[in-house]
Amino acid sequence: MMHWLILPIILPAFIAPFIILAARYHMGIQRVVSVGGTLGMIAVAIGLVLETSDGTVMLYQAGDWAAPFGIVLVGDRLSTMMVLLMALLALCVLLYSIGSKWDERGRHFHVLFQFQLMGIAGAFLTGDLFNLFVFFEILLIASYGLMIHAGGNARLRAGVQYVLFNLLGSTLFLFALGALYAETGSLNMADVAQRVLSVSADETVGIRVAAVLLLLVFAIKAAIVPLHFWLPSSYAEAPAPVAALFAIMTKVGAYAIIRVYTMIFPVDLEVTSGLHDTYLLPVALLSLAVGAVGVLAAKKLDRLVAFAVISSMGMVMVGVALFTEESIASALYYIVHSTLAAGALFLIVDLVRQSRGDLGLRVHAPVAGAALIAGLFMVAAIAMTGLPPLSGFIGKLMILNAAFDEGPNTWVWALVLGCSLISIVGFARAGSILFWKAQAEDAPAADHERNAPAALSYVAVGGLLTMLVLHTAFAGRMYDYTTATAAQLFAPDDYISTVLETPGKLSDNWNAKKEKDQ
Amino acid sequence: MEFLVASAIGVMTAGGLYMVMRLRTFPVILGVSLLTYAVNVFLFASGRLTTAAPPILSDATVYTDPLPQALVLTAIVISFGMTAVVVMIALGAFLGTDDDHIDDEHAEKAQAERGEDAT
Repeated sequence: MMHWLILPIILPAFIAPFIILAARYHMGIQRVVSVGGTLGMIAVAIGLVLETSDGTVMLYQAGDWAAPFGIVLVGDRLSTMMVLLMALLALCVLLYSIGSKWDERGRHFHVLFQFQLMGIAGAFLTGDLFNLFVFFEILLIASYGLMIHAGGNARLRAGVQYVLFNLLGSTLFLFALGALYAETGSLNMADVAQRVLSVSADETVGIRVAAVLLLLVFAIKAAIVPLHFWLPSSYAEAPAPVAALFAIMTKVGAYAIIRVYTMIFPVDLEVTSGLHDTYLLPVALLSLAVGAVGVLAAKKLDRLVAFAVISSMGMVMVGVALFTEESIASALYYIVHSTLAAGALFLIVDLVRQSRGDLGLRVHAPVAGAALIAGLFMVAAIAMTGLPPLSGFIGKLMILNAAFDEGPNTWVWALVLGCSLISIVGFARAGSILFWKAQAEDAPAADHERNAPAALSYVAVGGLLTMLVLHTAFAGRMYDYTTATAAQLFAPDDYISTVLETPGKLSDNWNAKKEKDQ
Repeated sequence: MEFLVASAIGVMTAGGLYMVMRLRTFPVILGVSLLTYAVNVFLFASGRLTTAAPPILSDATVYTDPLPQALVLTAIVISFGMTAVVVMIALGAFLGTDDDHIDDEHAEKAQAERGEDAT
């Protein structure tokens, strides 16, 4: 039964080689296998969510070696929820890439896509910091391939920036892991969490360095200002379905921050006190502001959406940096919302690009299927900027509410509300130029029909928006779930004891059990 | 020995960072390689420096921590692969645009000089 936990990693790891070995030249088979695999991933993820929804912590010991010596995968409410979110996003993105024929414009799209899913799922499920690094690298190397899919000079150049930035990030990650290992002698998260407690008060230099370096690494992944410079051109130049899938990649950084800084370096730990409120909260607010200003200043639609992603990551990090149970619960709700909304927006950008050619915010003839695309854009923009009635509004309200209970947080309120207003203006301006003023121009009819997006593309975008609406309609139940998740995060004893005390090869418990059996 | 190892890590990191800030692909890739060497030695040192000691439990009273060696091995493989990938992508970008600047500003200027539309 416990073997289920490794399936989200194993499944794409088998599907990708199968595609490359058996179906390299058959796009049809590749598509069927890839969609089938993603559907399987959703099914497994739903199973895992149901299994862990009552608070159970699932553990998978590779080769039955006990932690901290063996490699462990751990599934709790947070990680299984993120895996499910990733699988749902992946299905819509995959359908879109098939509908818009993006997958035919270069080679090995589906292979890289599956490896990317493997890396992301692994990063969510692993219970070991070094394996977190390894899965980061898997998802990154797949993303390098996806990023430059279909080629083109601008894309290759953005690809070089993206790869180099992430190489530096990986190096920094290794420095952080080295420092942590030198101080604690372990890299298993549960084990490190216990060992950090016993670091004596006058020898905290190394552990503090490690904590800050880890935060920097995850902040690069989450694109928090001032480490966000890689994001706008990478996301804008990447193929649209890839950019939509990357919407979950920034959340991997947010996930890692939540995981590590609730379990290993919790708020009440004296060694790292001040990290959250003194450093993380101001930069989170700064990302929110920089993102909003970028939305207003963007000259092209794809950059506008990329800056909206930075802004929404800032919003997530505000929730995380407040670091109360309530604020983390709100941040988790907002993570789900922001992933779906960003994914939908990137796909809509591509719908616009298909019949316009360029994405500059200038008045052009209306795009093919303008009415429908304009409607979709409006729904996604309402969600992204946080206007009622969609989930962005509810999420922001929850985070503001969590900030209100915390005491004097005028800055949080002022910046969140101000930045929302700025993004609304930015999105309204883009929408009115692209769709409204365009009505005044005449379109050449012949081009119009040829460039109309396929029905499947609309289905994919519609799927994401439907999930957003459901996320809004069942906001109460989702919030109950994220509250339970946050409660589990703030009481990590259960997680730690499950990881460290489950018997396996070479552990005392295992030997004792064997003797008893004999 | 501690001083030697520490200063080697420091010099390589400093050199690597300097090269990375040159913002042209060739020095940047060299810089990233230097940084990965530095981090490999750093990881190695994180298991404490011991000489002439076995990395496995045996009758010897002093032994080397084997885990950092495994970590370094993984890190070497990954950074080697990643560097190869970035060399290929950078070469593709250079051959396509005849320009090896990494930052947007220079690249856009170069693009404008060639008279291409900067989109």
